[in-house]
Amino acid sequence: MDQTSTLEKVLRRVAISLVILFFMFPIFWIVLMSFQTNETILRVPPSVIFEPTLSNYVALVTGKLETQAGTLEINFMSNLWNSLFLSAGSVAVGLILGIPAAYAFGRIKFRGSEDIAFTLLSFRFAPPLLVLLPLTIYFQKIGLADTYFGLIWVYQLIVLPLILWIVRGYFEDIPADIEYAYRIAGHSWFSTFRTVALPLAMPGIAAAGLLAFIFAWNNFIFALVLASADKQPVTVGALAFVTASGIQYGQVAAGIVLSILPTLALALYAQRYLVEGLSLGAVKG
Amino acid sequence: MNGAVLRLENVDKFYGAVGQGVHAVRNVSMDVGQGDIIALLGSSGCGKTSTLRMIAGFEETSRGKIHLSGREVQTLPPVRRHVAMAFEGYSLYPTVNVRDNIAFALKAQRLPRAEVDAKVTEVTKMLEIDDILERMPNSLSGGQQQRASLARALIRDADLYLLDEPMGQLEPQLRTLLRGRLKHFIKERGMTAILVTHDQTEANALADEIAVMEDGVLQQFASPAELKERPANLFTGTFVGEPPMNVFPVSVESKAERLVLRFEGGQCLNYPESAFAAEVRAALIANGRVVIGVRPYAVRRSEAGAPANVLTNQWLGDQSHISASFANSTIVLVEHDRARVAIGDRIMIELSPTDLHVFDPESGMAISHGRELT
Ligand SMILES: Nc1ncnc2c1ncn2[C@@H]1O[C@H](COP(=O)(O)OP(=O)(O)OP(=O)(O)O)[C@@H](O)[C@H]1O
Ligand SMILES: [Mg+2]
Repeated sequence: MDQTSTLEKVLRRVAISLVILFFMFPIFWIVLMSFQTNETILRVPPSVIFEPTLSNYVALVTGKLETQAGTLEINFMSNLWNSLFLSAGSVAVGLILGIPAAYAFGRIKFRGSEDIAFTLLSFRFAPPLLVLLPLTIYFQKIGLADTYFGLIWVYQLIVLPLILWIVRGYFEDIPADIEYAYRIAGHSWFSTFRTVALPLAMPGIAAAGLLAFIFAWNNFIFALVLASADKQPVTVGALAFVTASGIQYGQVAAGIVLSILPTLALALYAQRYLVEGLSLGAVKG
Repeated sequence: MNGAVLRLENVDKFYGAVGQGVHAVRNVSMDVGQGDIIALLGSSGCGKTSTLRMIAGFEETSRGKIHLSGREVQTLPPVRRHVAMAFEGYSLYPTVNVRDNIAFALKAQRLPRAEVDAKVTEVTKMLEIDDILERMPNSLSGGQQQRASLARALIRDADLYLLDEPMGQLEPQLRTLLRGRLKHFIKERGMTAILVTHDQTEANALADEIAVMEDGVLQQFASPAELKERPANLFTGTFVGEPPMNVFPVSVESKAERLVLRFEGGQCLNYPESAFAAEVRAALIANGRVVIGVRPYAVRRSEAGAPANVLTNQWLGDQSHISASFANSTIVLVEHDRARVAIGDRIMIELSPTDLHVFDPESGMAISHGRELT
């Protein structure tokens, strides 16, 4: 470690800075855009000097979109709420179903367990439309179309395999003997799962939950096809900004900023568990 | 079950399908009596841990039966077998400190706190880990983790204690100290224990009986003295004892009332036929070729013997280990005085008939041992 020369250190810093700049610039620019009117955004050449305005946020919160063609009704706030509800609900259901399944796949080797696990993962390879079209028809028949319940169900296609595969890896990494040591001391299989395996897999569960939430949050096609306006998440709702009189860049940017916030908050919160998980590394030794 | 705490009946373990896969334990049968300490001895990978894990219930037995305290347990889950185990890899719970690791099982039984504390203090004092009770497992050295894991097993109330290399990580001084304390602890309470070890001194010092395993097969199950004096086959003969037994293939000739053992290098040792009991003599002559074994401390130097050339002479502080080329091979002898021989010296070697172990060259099974030769 000490051998790295000053030059190498400097180069490394520069490289890291470039990468950060590359990834952060769009976000930075979007935040700037969200405080500008459409006119200042579209002027040539673009400039970072402008008179900041909150009008975009006001429009989103009040649900009134002012365009040259007149005032349009948008329900961005209810879209945001839908996103939150659908994503959180899907992740919750995904965790409840996925964690025990992951434990079973990780610990118990039964005939065909690999095949079943792989089949579940393979749902992620299929193009969503392949599943969606037949599903739409079924859902209409059994009355699940355009319900939160139905949507959360379909979201499991994205969420469940992800949780299953990530958490399973974590369960497999816990030495089986730690669980045996607990079981032999007079504990049932279930209490061993709860008191030994679950806490040790926590970082994996946090990571999987976080990723699943982001995937669910960013999903577009399921809700587009299966939900009507009042149940649509922001990803679909954002289509409303494409109006007859052009795209409302300012509002789109403000909408993006608002819709990043929940995932950002969640990431910061889950980070604690992720880091804790890393410092627990001795388990794997 | 006439006092046997544990009875293994023709136990087999395959990892993978029965008949294919790794055949880790082969047709092992043994009885362990109440209050006995058994040492399980054998080279790495011979199936010691697999055997313990089947007894504890972490691995299924592929064939055979296991009885614990009179119950047939091979299909019961670990919880219901009432055994305690110290794991080869320690397997402490990483999320709680050493004290809680050790006290976990007692707390689950809802013993009063004062009683739990007293037990923890007692067992950790014995193992010299009473000063690290508040530390977390991942901050401990290997030897400390190992002792914490041993304490966790010993503190429990169980019918049988399975200790998988419980002191392998400790330095010899501490190991010797703890060995004595451990034996006292176990015997005082009348506990029954099976202890895996690679240290023969430890096995001899602790165990009432030693089980020697190789290649998944239980080679011999006998007291330390018996194992030394009457090894059942070539494997136990050479595996048990330090330095290992010298073995040589010889051909047997009977000439004019004398029995001649001819070594591969041409050397001969000859004995009066009367030195051997009639049936041993008959077996030797009938076989024609046998393998003889002689322990290093039983090899004598005497002008009447056969010649050998000294290869090394090491003084270990309390004994000399001399190795010499003999019979196209090497013979090792141990002498308790400092031997005055130098490399290249010619020495004369004699093997007393009462010190010879005779083995069948094909099967490796013992034909006869030392004193019963006469
Ligand atoms: N889970 C497993 N799957 C497949 N083979 C295994 C498994 N566990 C052990 N084995 C094999 O079974 C044989 C016996 O292993 P075991 O762990 O019982 O040896 P051991 O006597 O305890 O060795 P050591 O002294 O090194 O601890 C070895 O050949 C090993 O490779
Ligand atoms: Mg082992």
